[in-house]
Amino acid sequence: MSPAITHVTLAANEASEHRTLIIVLFSLFVLATLGITVWAGRQTKDAADFYAGGRQFSAFQNGLAVSGDYMSAASFLGIAGAIALFGYDGFLYSIGFLVAWLVALLLVAEPLRNSGRYTMGDVLAYRMRQRPVRTAAGTSTIVVSIFYLLAQMAGAGVLVSLLLGITSDAGKILIVALVGVLMIVYVSIGGMKGTTWVQMVKAVLLISGTILITFLVLLKFNFNISDLLGKAAENSGKGEAFLEPGLQYGADNLTKLDFISLGIALVLGTAGLPHILIRFYTVPNAKAARKSVNWAIGIIGGFYLMTLALGFGAAALISPEEIIESNPSGNTAAPLLALHIGGVDSAWGAILLATISAVAFATILAVVAGLTLASSSSFAHDIYANVIRKGQATDKEEMRAARWATVLIGIVSIALGALARDLNVAGLVALAFAVAASANLPTILYSLFWKRFTTQGALWSIYGGLIVAVGLVLFSPVVSGDPKAMFPDVDFAWFPLKNPGIISIPFGFLMGWLGTVLSKEEPDVKKYAELEVRSLTGTGAH
Amino acid sequence: MAAEAPPPSTEQAKLPTPEEFTEVQESAEFGDLRRSYRSFAFPLTIGFIVWYLLYVLLSNYAGGFMGAKVVGHINVAFVFGVLQFLSTFLIAWWYSRHAAAKLDPKAEAIKTRMEGGA
Repeated sequence: MSPAITHVTLAANEASEHRTLIIVLFSLFVLATLGITVWAGRQTKDAADFYAGGRQFSAFQNGLAVSGDYMSAASFLGIAGAIALFGYDGFLYSIGFLVAWLVALLLVAEPLRNSGRYTMGDVLAYRMRQRPVRTAAGTSTIVVSIFYLLAQMAGAGVLVSLLLGITSDAGKILIVALVGVLMIVYVSIGGMKGTTWVQMVKAVLLISGTILITFLVLLKFNFNISDLLGKAAENSGKGEAFLEPGLQYGADNLTKLDFISLGIALVLGTAGLPHILIRFYTVPNAKAARKSVNWAIGIIGGFYLMTLALGFGAAALISPEEIIESNPSGNTAAPLLALHIGGVDSAWGAILLATISAVAFATILAVVAGLTLASSSSFAHDIYANVIRKGQATDKEEMRAARWATVLIGIVSIALGALARDLNVAGLVALAFAVAASANLPTILYSLFWKRFTTQGALWSIYGGLIVAVGLVLFSPVVSGDPKAMFPDVDFAWFPLKNPGIISIPFGFLMGWLGTVLSKEEPDVKKYAELEVRSLTGTGAH
Repeated sequence: MAAEAPPPSTEQAKLPTPEEFTEVQESAEFGDLRRSYRSFAFPLTIGFIVWYLLYVLLSNYAGGFMGAKVVGHINVAFVFGVLQFLSTFLIAWWYSRHAAAKLDPKAEAIKTRMEGGA
């Protein structure tokens, strides 16, 4: 047995001695958020409360909640892990995830707030035939959210095996089930109001935890970033290459193409993520939506700069063998860093590990709640109320449908959670971004800005983008034919890239255009006049 | 926050007729608002996406340049990455300033008139 592995075992033992502390901290978070949820549930009287939190959150509150919704396990565990293992290449995630907010700010947030009511489907179906477009929007909302959920559940499983020393599948599935049950409670009782408060609490915890670890890492290097990078390069065993692009993606032309594909998916995905978009309905008007994006850009930007310290800190202070041994994709680098920075055999190290792990759990729980809310809202409002009941459902019936959908989606995500353990969670989330950028973004942009866009165009771009993106993932090395794949023992991966964005995003745009120019129906110009005037001025906004 | 204050009655705001919307959409005033918005937001979007793609492509195909040391262990790639952060903050601020100065007053005027039942 190599020294590194013994070391990990020691760390795990140390951790298990302080298991109680982890469980206490996590239980505190759960109790506090359940309290908030019950309180918010009492305030939730009509559909506007349930779907949009009553639309009275301030720009800062929503900015914080948007950040909470966005900084998922992917950002915290995944990016830190990717940087810890691959150095500079992991940084692309941070940059792409941040720059993407400009698309949301400049093109989507305000028009959406002005013209929609509860869901992304409201805007997509505004000037189209309601039933087919709502069905498509609901479908893609649920698919994108489930991809995203998969990543969060993978993160939960990974944390559990590190912290509680549970390596059996049964133990992991139990924890994933616990997360699933909690999120069902949060969303079905608290609705958007409860979920928004949970996001805010979580954002404050995550930022505080990250500032603490960043500060301790920098302190260790006397705030000399160059020294930190130098030590990371040396300790990684890769030398200066660790600080340069290309370690993960520079191998050949194919991996370079994968890097471009990932880059495009990241920058175009955010503005198509339903769980992010519906957050803009929680503020009173478009101006507040703009301000909340600005707050989010500030908070998220600061956070991603700190993930550099987490990732390179982990690379500098922990041996690469130990990181890989703990999780092959580096997902546990951030909690391991907390343990090491406090001292592996000290109580302080165990306390830091417990704190950071509880924060990571809180992060996962909150994001999962946001995703579930987005999918169940879309199911209840787009599919149940507008397609099945043709707009005749009452608020009460819609909310009941949303609560049942929550339970159903909870069960589906628990079932899927068991599948994706060894994949890097940032990579998994990037797939959700690719699907969102392929199916949702083209349709949103055409709907808002292209006068001629028709129902057929909307359907072709949503289904075209969705089917190609999901199809390519299915036949990619993420699913089969790779030791780290979901099904490592079979190989039906004929599509070589891990991220489909470079093909599926242009395809989504192309289909929207093609569907429109080939459609026999005339665009509804009156409805477009209404949408355009509303989206730019806020006239008649809910 | 929210819960205490009674929600203002935006939900009940009077919605203008389709004819009014079409009329406003074709008006010079709205055309002006649309132009101020699109001529700012569209080129800027293309600009930051090109700037971002430049970063992605340089990372891929200009390893030597990106690996060049600037100070200590800090290389061009890092400076480039941090510049992406700075440009994002800057563009967000710039757009918000433009929107507050040039878009909000025009949008507000049209909205008030339309909802006022003109």
